[in-house]
Amino acid sequence: MLTFTIRRLVLAVPTLLFISLVIFLLLELAPGDPMAQVPLTVPAEVKEKMRLALGLGEPMHIRFWKWLVQFFWIEPQVLIDNIFGTGLADGKLRVISWQTRSPVMDIVVQRIPQTLWVVGTAYVVAILIALPIGIYSAYRQYSWFDQMGTFVSMVGFSVPPFFSGVLVIVIFSVQLGWFPSIYDTTHVVDSWDAFVYQLKQMIMPVMVLALQITAQLSRFMRASMLDNLNQDYVRTARAKGLSEYVVVMVHVLRNSMIPVVTVIALGIPSIFGGAIITEQVFKVNGIGQLLIGAIQANDLPMVQTLTFIFAVLIVLFNLIADVLYGILDPRIRYD
Amino acid sequence: MTELSNPVPSRPPRSQWLDVWDQFKSHRGALMGGALFLFIILAVYLGPFFWDIEATQINIRHRNQSPSWAHPFGTDQLGRDMLARMMAGGATSVSVGLTAMLLALFLGSFIGVIAGFFKKLDGPLMRLTDLFLALPLLPLLLVMMLLFREPLNAAFGPEQGIFILIVVSIGVTSWMPTARIVRGDVLALKEREFVMAARSIGTTNKGLITRHILPNVLSPIMVSATLGIATAIITESSLSFLGLGFPPDFPTWGRLLFDATDYLQQHPERVFWPGMAISLTVLSVNYLGDGLRDALDPRIRGR
Repeated sequence: MLTFTIRRLVLAVPTLLFISLVIFLLLELAPGDPMAQVPLTVPAEVKEKMRLALGLGEPMHIRFWKWLVQFFWIEPQVLIDNIFGTGLADGKLRVISWQTRSPVMDIVVQRIPQTLWVVGTAYVVAILIALPIGIYSAYRQYSWFDQMGTFVSMVGFSVPPFFSGVLVIVIFSVQLGWFPSIYDTTHVVDSWDAFVYQLKQMIMPVMVLALQITAQLSRFMRASMLDNLNQDYVRTARAKGLSEYVVVMVHVLRNSMIPVVTVIALGIPSIFGGAIITEQVFKVNGIGQLLIGAIQANDLPMVQTLTFIFAVLIVLFNLIADVLYGILDPRIRYD
Repeated sequence: MTELSNPVPSRPPRSQWLDVWDQFKSHRGALMGGALFLFIILAVYLGPFFWDIEATQINIRHRNQSPSWAHPFGTDQLGRDMLARMMAGGATSVSVGLTAMLLALFLGSFIGVIAGFFKKLDGPLMRLTDLFLALPLLPLLLVMMLLFREPLNAAFGPEQGIFILIVVSIGVTSWMPTARIVRGDVLALKEREFVMAARSIGTTNKGLITRHILPNVLSPIMVSATLGIATAIITESSLSFLGLGFPPDFPTWGRLLFDATDYLQQHPERVFWPGMAISLTVLSVNYLGDGLRDALDPRIRGR
């Protein structure tokens, strides 16, 4: 198991390098000019100097190498500096955003809590809803509850977040006036009223995200429970005289959770991707919104870093899912 | 010698596709989904022949109207008829969905069959698939929209250019699940006796693949085709919704929804039409895929 994990970790390095190269080359082809917003009165040679100051003058492979060094060598040093108060990265050049002229990672660190707070809550809520639905609809297969569950999860699959989001805004914010339609990220929770307001503004984005995730997870849970409910060991457990609750909730559930846990792990990075749209609808200024803004402003270092962070998340959680699968299911040991 | 009591089969032989159809019919959701999808396609492509208001015709005097008999879906802020715009938008959205699905399907089946059939290519091709699966797709799609919009617009004109761009980028980023499923099936098929028999009478690799392997992996390909339409339509709408898809004078359902969000408070029904159209199309296609999966699986059929 350990060798498997190490081997996968080692394999992840070239994968990530390749992905970063692909992203870099894609961005290299960009026809957009970062100098486009500079006024026309600025003379050409000054523009050229500004271009050089952004690091655009050097050949492609050198810039790629510089980005790699900055991302993998200098940024971790900055992290260590911030945690332990050391001075490893003093005076070293970091990945700088063209929009704000400040380090990209600083902005990302500012934006991450908003995304994590909304998306994380949605994920937890979705898991809490999806698992009981999946278990019960498998236990009572083809009952009206199961049929309802199937229909609701089909709807959850089919309604895109930009529609469900706008729909809940129309219903709960425009018509009923219960919740604010815009997520206020500057809101500070310091009293009970502030906490209630925070809850209110979180309900809609969380609901929209959770609907999607619930739809997928409950289907997986149901299918996995159905696979196990007809197994011999379930009959044995019943024949031993165990109560129905123990049979389903202990014996069957534990075995059915194995694939579901890996699906949950695999879904985490895609949630960051899906959250781009939800963040846009509710004006949450998280990572997804940052990416859209950077794409529209032609801020290549920011786009490159953010896309790469998404890729790292995907590779990382794929790895975690594989390792979890091996740990949870002793029949699957990769070595 | 006892005579066979019934020398001829009493019932005529049934073709495979008749069985499939029988099983498909028994899945009520799939039947309704299929009918709805057919209706949407007909409405979107043939509708403009019966509804003769142009989607681009501006009529400022009749702007921001609520639904009426003259304009069943109302009009937008420039007085353009929403029903005509919905049909024009639907034609684009559905065309993008179908074309992108075909491209993804072709790529996916090709890579899947090649990887499953030729052992040497299996490793590299599957690593490639894993790599593509590890790419963050929506951000990459957005980046691709940003980068290639201008050159393609210059080469093919604004409408054709963006259509090609969206179809190609969705197709190139969504073939991986099909490739994986097809590869798995081909790997299993390759070891079966009929393939060995065909090989032993000297069938070439090309003949083996086209005559014996492809027809047998048709059912997973068809199922992933239906699901592919759904994801392609949703992806295109998301891009349009984020303002990085089709230009504003060239409506698609996602673009109509995006434009309508500005008038959310005064005219919520304008958000409702395109959103409902996207959701219903995707829902019907998903049910269709669900039914097809059951109908094409011989283990489920006949139960």
